[in-house]
Amino acid sequence: MNAPIIWVILPIIIGAFLLLLQNERSVALIGGASASLLALIALIVPIDQALLLGPISFKISAGIQFFGRSLKFDAAHGPLLAILYSLSALWFFGAEAVGMARRLVPFGMMIIALLVASIAVEPFLYAALLIEIAVLLSIPLLSPPNQKPGRGTVRFLIYQTMAMPFILFSGWSLAGVEASPGDLTMTVQSAIMLGLGFAFLLTVFPLYNWIPLLAEETSPYIISFMLWALPTVTTLFYMGFLDHYAWLRTSSQLSLAVQIGGIIMVVTGGVWAAFQRHLGRIMSYASIVETGFTLLAFSLVPGKIVEVAALLLIPRGLTLALWGLALSTIQKDSAPLRFSAVQGYARIYPMATVCIILANLSVAGFPLLAGFPPLIALWEGLADISLTISFWLLIGLFGLLIGAVRTLAVFVMAPEKTGWTWNESRVQLIMLGCGAIGLFILGVFPQVMQPFLSSLPRMFERLGQ
Amino acid sequence: MLISYLSWIAVFLILAASSGLLISRNWRWSLALLAVQYLGSFWLVTRHWPLGMAAVKLVTGWMAIAALAMTLLPLSEDDAHRQKNQTEEQFLPQGISFRLFISGVTALIVLAASPRIEAVTPGLGLPVIAGSLLPIGMGLLLLGSTSDIFRVILGLLTMLTGFETLYAAVEGSALVAGLLAIVDLGLALVGAYLIGNSYDAAESDNEELV
Repeated sequence: MNAPIIWVILPIIIGAFLLLLQNERSVALIGGASASLLALIALIVPIDQALLLGPISFKISAGIQFFGRSLKFDAAHGPLLAILYSLSALWFFGAEAVGMARRLVPFGMMIIALLVASIAVEPFLYAALLIEIAVLLSIPLLSPPNQKPGRGTVRFLIYQTMAMPFILFSGWSLAGVEASPGDLTMTVQSAIMLGLGFAFLLTVFPLYNWIPLLAEETSPYIISFMLWALPTVTTLFYMGFLDHYAWLRTSSQLSLAVQIGGIIMVVTGGVWAAFQRHLGRIMSYASIVETGFTLLAFSLVPGKIVEVAALLLIPRGLTLALWGLALSTIQKDSAPLRFSAVQGYARIYPMATVCIILANLSVAGFPLLAGFPPLIALWEGLADISLTISFWLLIGLFGLLIGAVRTLAVFVMAPEKTGWTWNESRVQLIMLGCGAIGLFILGVFPQVMQPFLSSLPRMFERLGQ
Repeated sequence: MLISYLSWIAVFLILAASSGLLISRNWRWSLALLAVQYLGSFWLVTRHWPLGMAAVKLVTGWMAIAALAMTLLPLSEDDAHRQKNQTEEQFLPQGISFRLFISGVTALIVLAASPRIEAVTPGLGLPVIAGSLLPIGMGLLLLGSTSDIFRVILGLLTMLTGFETLYAAVEGSALVAGLLAIVDLGLALVGAYLIGNSYDAAESDNEELV
């Protein structure tokens, strides 16, 4: 058995096979079960170590070579693979509940496989190419057949494609910087190219304008998946850069630039979220704020970067999955998710509306919810560096909180004497209920994430020190 | 010496083709110009890569063009014209003279910058640098001046052609060549998909009106 075959090639084959199936439920079940199984294997079976099960001994070998390069996983990758595939399984199972399985699951499976490959490829720079291929695969997801592609889709394609050349070139010039560390011109050039590449990939201000556009054009369930998958893997890719190049890790200017970028994203995302009248756009701005949190985590003192960035991974996935599912549930009846169209929905879709509010509050760092523990860790780290930045973080969170309160106000504006009804299906109720409980569990007992996160610092040995 | 002359001819071909892409409104001409651009780029790539590997870039580029052409061919000229008029946003001056002027400015900037870039990264060769920066600049101009799907894809392919020419001079990995070929082909296929979608959507809108 070989790790890249199990976690890269096999999911691509499963994804391609699922394209052939017509039945929504079969696609969701096969996709979700496959992703869960892959997550379970990643969590239980150590990579590159012999495992004895009774009389049978077997080992998942670490890598494969092709064209002189390799795809290689090690034992530290296991929990990360488990996180990626288990959160994907959440989306795949939930896709059936909102009638999106045939659209999301096959492409989603292939996209996750490519993004996983981007974590394992060596030299790690080639990850930019694999991420670009994943972006190209995501276009049929974002723009379904017979629907005119909107501006958001086109901008998404342009911006994500423009990231690849910058990152590949920065990798080449960074090698030059390593060879001659005193060459200031080359160092500046490399840093600019790297910054531009990641600014496009992580949609740093002002390059995030496609996200709200896309949130209006496409299904919130699909966009929530993309807003989780791409930034998560890009974050890991960026951590790989920091881990690999000592001068990037120790550069105070780069740290400051990342910090400024992060706080601008948190503040602008939070403030815009407070003024939106479209539920999908509020979710998109919240995801921008979350990317801002990640950038702020990169500006912490080196020992805390991996710890805090890792803490943000799971709550982000769960929150976006729940938010996307809840929005898709209420969207079935009203195509636009504008405030005017969803007034009084608390009495028509009580569970979905509660989940939307909970997800929004979780991103805003409300106590007892999943977003609270990582935010406290981030805030504490930031307070050690700068109280001003900590204050601006509060402004961003306050904006998100206002967004949540406005949404809540719209949901409860039902005409008088409107009765309470449950219009969610049983599957939707179960999925939404599990998601909401998950938010509370992660908020009250954040230590449940520990088995997944404990090995992440080993993936980034120098950065984790 | 002859090879150097041929390289400069390739740069001239790329300049003419990428400027033409900026000006052309006809999809057939645009795809023909893109094919010429790939040919010029192919010659510059052979300066650093073996002929076989460089040929991958040419063949992939032409396959991408074929994919786009096969999508556009069934759409009649009238439909393509109507679709173009519907989708194009007129937020920049659109005249040929303006486009010629701006492509001339880009060419001047590239020609002025190329010697300085060569000084920083010796060994690439002036024709390779000029022949890669030109499509990058023209591709970015194309991307910045339109929201029409077909022209956006042309802009991205043009920009990537320039990047790949330059990157071939510094990276000779077969895996990178393969992955970049997948990206080029994928971009063309995504373009074909999106063009088909916008045509289908326009057609169904018309049917609803009837």
